[in-house]
Amino acid sequence: MHRNLFVYLLITVLVTNMIRVLPVTLIRRRIENRLIRSFLYYVPYVTLAVMTFPAIVEATQSPVAGAVAMLAGVVAAWLGLGLLPVSLICCACVFLIELYI
Amino acid sequence: MNRKNIFLQGMRDGLPIGLGYFAVAFSLGIIAKKAGLNAATGFLSSLLVRASAGEYGAYSLIAVGAAYAEVALMCVIANLRYLLMGASLTQKFNPSTGMLTRILVACCITDEVYGISIAYRGDLAPSYTFGAMFLAGIMWASGTACGIIAGGTLPVNVVSALSVALYGMFIAIIIPPARKDSGVLVAVLVSFVMSWICSRIGFLSPGMRTIVLTLAISAVMAICKPAEISYAKDKLKSVRMKADA
Repeated sequence: MHRNLFVYLLITVLVTNMIRVLPVTLIRRRIENRLIRSFLYYVPYVTLAVMTFPAIVEATQSPVAGAVAMLAGVVAAWLGLGLLPVSLICCACVFLIELYI
Repeated sequence: MNRKNIFLQGMRDGLPIGLGYFAVAFSLGIIAKKAGLNAATGFLSSLLVRASAGEYGAYSLIAVGAAYAEVALMCVIANLRYLLMGASLTQKFNPSTGMLTRILVACCITDEVYGISIAYRGDLAPSYTFGAMFLAGIMWASGTACGIIAGGTLPVNVVSALSVALYGMFIAIIIPPARKDSGVLVAVLVSFVMSWICSRIGFLSPGMRTIVLTLAISAVMAICKPAEISYAKDKLKSVRMKADA
């Protein structure tokens, strides 16, 4: 059976955005429960941390380059650099290390 | 600050995100092409979906002619973290925010735009989120279109270097709050270690791993080191992006 590309894309668009919108339509008030608030407070940091490591080490051709990029990024962010500088430092690390390794 | 200035501020913070998106979307375009998308449908599809892992999964399935239900299920699983992020966003809205605005802001959820929106001081500023998504979304869609047109022409070492751009952004979002709040620091370190262990032993697919670990680690942290309500608010204010420094 030949399937229609536009039906595929429509499904992708609808499902992805419904997942985003569902919580805001269901939860309208500030949650007072301390446990739930704390849970939601930690969610973004944990999600991003889980997605970053070890994926960053696996994304580059040489794992060493990815690991160094991660360390350099953490140090740069710890020192207070913003999104773009930290990002560029990570890219530069990978580029330079893979050039000489 | 008025809405226009906040929108512009969002666009400025959205620029580094957009640059990273462009690079990642470029490689996504190569897969989209295999699924039969041309530059126009790729642009539109990426603009409307805005989900890296979700689009990657969906296009891969479309390319092999999978069932519609499979594609839908893939979108649910690969994007389930947005459900958690949406729930977390509800707590940052000013209570007077209207439903339409809430829905539009929720549609802007991506890992990075959510990240900077939650880090914005005080209540969530819809204009800030819209500004960031306006620019980042267009760059994401453009990257996909360019990848479809010119995919595979970039040298391998350039692609390798660009591939860490997104992770660099994640690091820049999580480290400053980790420096200020020992609870976040512990959560981040535990996340790194657990994620690494799960990856080594091949526990769950990467998408499911993100969801399971997020639920488990956040729950344990919430029990062991609950964030005070007022305390959490102060921390959110203090983790305001350094970008305007």
